[in-house]
Amino acid sequence: MKLIANNIVKRFGNHLVLKKINFEIETGMALAIVGHNGSGKTTLIKILANLIAPSRGSVEYRLSGGTRVPRERIFEHIGLVGPYLQLYQELSAQENLDFFARMRGLKNHRERIRDLMQIMGLQGREHDAVKTYSSGMQQRLKYVSALLHQPEVLLVDEPSSNLDEQGVETVYQLLKEQKQRGILIIATNDKQDLFLADHIIQVKPV
Amino acid sequence: MREAWLIFVKDIRQEFKTRYAVNAILLFAIVTLSAVSFAIGTFSAGLEILAALFWIILFFSSMSGLSHIFIREEEAQTADTLKLVARPLHIYLGKFLFNLLLLFVLEIILIPLFMGLMNFAVANLWLFILIVGIGSFGLAGGGTIVAAIISKASTKGALFTVLAFPILLPVLITGISATKTVTQAAAIAEVQGELQALFAYGVVIITAGILLFDYVWNE
Repeated sequence: MKLIANNIVKRFGNHLVLKKINFEIETGMALAIVGHNGSGKTTLIKILANLIAPSRGSVEYRLSGGTRVPRERIFEHIGLVGPYLQLYQELSAQENLDFFARMRGLKNHRERIRDLMQIMGLQGREHDAVKTYSSGMQQRLKYVSALLHQPEVLLVDEPSSNLDEQGVETVYQLLKEQKQRGILIIATNDKQDLFLADHIIQVKPV
Repeated sequence: MREAWLIFVKDIRQEFKTRYAVNAILLFAIVTLSAVSFAIGTFSAGLEILAALFWIILFFSSMSGLSHIFIREEEAQTADTLKLVARPLHIYLGKFLFNLLLLFVLEIILIPLFMGLMNFAVANLWLFILIVGIGSFGLAGGGTIVAAIISKASTKGALFTVLAFPILLPVLITGISATKTVTQAAAIAEVQGELQALFAYGVVIITAGILLFDYVWNE
């Protein structure tokens, strides 16, 4: 898998947020996007995840054979963890994860859910409504949801936010594994997270 | 279609736990029906007036609940989560099915209550139910795409009825006309034109919704 960002420009009205972002990254690599608050890190992550469209430029996902992944199928190849991405609060963790797994057409997903819930230290809370989870537990659950389908590209906005020390360690381990298996992209302000990255791009307010 | 069904089931599960949309439309329908019933009181309204009142109550009651399906996703910040697991076509169809079910629930409660309280009699009950049922496809199809449009606006609730009204006016007019006829005549041939128009409108609005939804949902 290869991810190519070509001259990405993003404007919100007259406000220019991102100016000509270019990079190329492939399986086995990790990229960190750094920058101050309001510099456009989250906007760039959302563009890479195909949640918003760039004003100019393009994002290309290419499979190992070189075939370009069509825009409407990008979601099948990525996982995303971000503070703006919520789970269904009224539903239980199991109901949320079952829904995501079935939507992605996963087989034997119950086993995968059980394993990931255990890794993230959430075992025994599967049937509790997500709204009863603390913010740290919800962050852990977001990782379970993003990693369910073993995505080739994992995008993480603020990897360690809301997590305790043990949670951060667990997440770092998962992110290292992701880097070996596919592509990892993190957006962060925390210098502690940067050891995961092979490449760093700095976004600055325009 | 499997994905659309999964979204539909997820929405039912959410609704079962919150009962927001179903409470909103049923309470609106009952309050409006009671108000109309008291207002008309001892006056005997003609069947033509009652046919129009029925569709007006049905329309505005549905307006109080149909938009909820997308507003809930936007307000709970789950719209992006849904985008990450589903294609726009499946999302539209899943949400359309949910709104259709919501309308059927509303109609199951509203029709007997309206007939009982307003002394509204039809020559052929099954034909009346068929008219309302086919009209529901148009209401749900149009309501779903308008709900997606307004879910990103700041004045969601008010905007929904204002935008939906002109789009759904053909259902309202044709439904009233067919219902007026069915109070007098029991034969399906008498309302064949209206049934065809309601069906055609439903097909057109659902197709338009499917084609437009990608643009509405992704920007």
